[in-house]
Amino acid sequence: MAEKRKKVLGSLQPDIEDILDWNKLPEDAFQPASAEEKESFIQDRKSVSYWKDAWRRLRRNKVAMVAMVIVILLGLFAFVGPLIVPYSYDEVIPGANNLHPWHYSLEDQEELAAAQDPEMAIELARAEAEAEGRELSRIEEAQIRAQVKSGGDVDELRAELGIKPKLFGYTNDELQRIADGEFVFPHVFGCDMQGRDIMVRTMIGTRVSMIVGICCALIVLVIGAIYGSISGYCGGKVDAVMQRIVEIIYTIPEVLIILLLGATLKPILENFQNSGDGFLQNMVTILGPNLIAIFIAFGLLYWVTMSRIIRGQILQLKQQEYVTAARALGAKGGRIIKRHLLPNCVGQIVTTTFLQIPSAIFTESFLSFLGMGVSAPMTSLGSMCSDGLSGLQSYPYRLFIPAIILSILILCLNLFGDGLRDALDPRLKK
Amino acid sequence: MAKYILKRVLMAVITLFIVICLTFFLMNAIPGNPWLSEKTPSQATIDALNEKYGLDQPVIVQLGKYLGNILQGEFGDSIKMQKDRPVLDIITTMFPISAKIGIIAIVWAILVGVPLGCLAAYKRGTWVDSLLRVICTIGISMPGFVVATILLQIFTGGIEGFKILPTVFDGSWQSYVLPCAALGFYPMCYLSRQTRTAMLDSINQEYIKTARAKGLRNKKIIFKHALRNALIPVITYLGPQIAFTLCGGFVVEQVFSIPGLGRYFVQSIQSRDYPIIMGTTIFLAAFIIVMNLVVDLLYKLVDPRINLSKGGN
Repeated sequence: MAEKRKKVLGSLQPDIEDILDWNKLPEDAFQPASAEEKESFIQDRKSVSYWKDAWRRLRRNKVAMVAMVIVILLGLFAFVGPLIVPYSYDEVIPGANNLHPWHYSLEDQEELAAAQDPEMAIELARAEAEAEGRELSRIEEAQIRAQVKSGGDVDELRAELGIKPKLFGYTNDELQRIADGEFVFPHVFGCDMQGRDIMVRTMIGTRVSMIVGICCALIVLVIGAIYGSISGYCGGKVDAVMQRIVEIIYTIPEVLIILLLGATLKPILENFQNSGDGFLQNMVTILGPNLIAIFIAFGLLYWVTMSRIIRGQILQLKQQEYVTAARALGAKGGRIIKRHLLPNCVGQIVTTTFLQIPSAIFTESFLSFLGMGVSAPMTSLGSMCSDGLSGLQSYPYRLFIPAIILSILILCLNLFGDGLRDALDPRLKK
Repeated sequence: MAKYILKRVLMAVITLFIVICLTFFLMNAIPGNPWLSEKTPSQATIDALNEKYGLDQPVIVQLGKYLGNILQGEFGDSIKMQKDRPVLDIITTMFPISAKIGIIAIVWAILVGVPLGCLAAYKRGTWVDSLLRVICTIGISMPGFVVATILLQIFTGGIEGFKILPTVFDGSWQSYVLPCAALGFYPMCYLSRQTRTAMLDSINQEYIKTARAKGLRNKKIIFKHALRNALIPVITYLGPQIAFTLCGGFVVEQVFSIPGLGRYFVQSIQSRDYPIIMGTTIFLAAFIIVMNLVVDLLYKLVDPRINLSKGGN
């Protein structure tokens, strides 16, 4: 043996016999496997798919899970809530103008009215004086009268009488009906200037914001994925031209374009709306010009980030062997992109799409606040804030309720999106 | 370098051209003509007017004329908001107010945001880091008008005995405090998040290990070696932030009733004063594009690792 090795080391000729020896297979190598051997190949654990793996990682991320629960709750609030509350978003409730989200019971109101009425106050004082065994002088009477009239501060009077507000808003009419034994659904957040229930409007507003966010994300997804994958897959001159276009779009100020589109589309669409009664015209009526402007702007401008991310992924993936194999088998470009490339960057796509939702909601609320959002009487969280701004000093909750819900919604979507990215991005796998 | 600058400038010009064309064609697509009023003028009068203002010519010729006018700073006159006042005049009187607030906002955002990001990275994993992260995440999730109205409510009499700042914008320094604070809050949070990420990235680099091995003090490593390199990516975010701050100004000016260009732009949209809409859009777009260009070129200048002789990357 030692002699043999020496010979191999000495010459450059490979020792063929020795090499054959390395791969020597036992005699029974090609015998069919026994049942026992087969058994050992069967997995006794379930295989973990990509999504299961991601879900497992996501579940461990407490912040993301809490955010997800809050988003689901807000979704229920927006989509199931209006079914439960018996008011509709454009229903004007009689006598409920500027209703606060609290009320005073009928007895308390009577007591207050009594305290405000000078004759009643004098009578009370007289009774008090009589109990003390003396009569009320005229001067004292006049004093009381002057006091009641000048001391018109209702809040102070309420505090003096010990009248406390009770939760939820009811109109007097509704309080009467409750006293008669009827069930009346409370106005939990009060009513606005025109007497519309704020809670229902908040629900509908949240719903509109969510739908706008999701639709914009889908538009971005479709355009960005198609553009990015074609640019990445074709490469060369096609890629260069397409990337120059992306760079140009990147520097266009989006918000200005949305405002411009909103301003100019309004008369154009109004004209179109009046031109007939087809399906498209009805769609325009339902959506309103500003929403259409937002969608168009997202379709025109916002997909560039998505397309860049997908292009980067595809550039990496198209060097993989399975793509070469598919091409060798005669698959066309479209099929390779659809069946092999896009499914392999799905993690990135899902994350980017999802993070587009809060950013779209952000943009929509900004536009609505400027009065360029959904058309009245439809509402969204942004336009509710805008409505609330005018009465900020007397009715701060009218602005802060939708503002807080909007902030929580965007915050939780952002946090969940971050969690999703951590869970789906294989580079962060530990 | 020259080639790169040339390429970037060319791109900026093309972008601006596209914005101008878009504005022009959108305005052209609006139904109706400017001569419609209660008394419909006769066809002959309309023709004469069209001829006078060049509206009888093909759209392309009109576009060329419009471009020529813009190059000479001629944006036309207001038709509704302030009848017959030149748009350029309106822009030049109102933009300085918006710009002043915007600059103060972005400066305080940088001066506070970047150090906070460093602090968070320096104290990584401690309660300071967590607290800053919570604040910044909330900060970037709150739309500008929410921040603005909360500040307005707190500091102008919402809380008893706390009315220390004026409600109405009167040009005094006190009235600048709230708008600038509201406008700079989002960029501050954003910058501090980006700085933290960039700092953590650069802390893991090899040269930091070398510095540590040399026995340098931790503070010196962080603030001298890590921060310098971390600031490079932060500069890239400044371009979009400037645009964002400018557009965020629309909301802040609305909330605080500031007579700036942003509020005027929104009002002109609501009253459909098209020359003002066109002029302001093009002016603001040009401003944003130029700022982006400047930031981009600065970025390449600051980072010596980027090889410009090959035309950039």
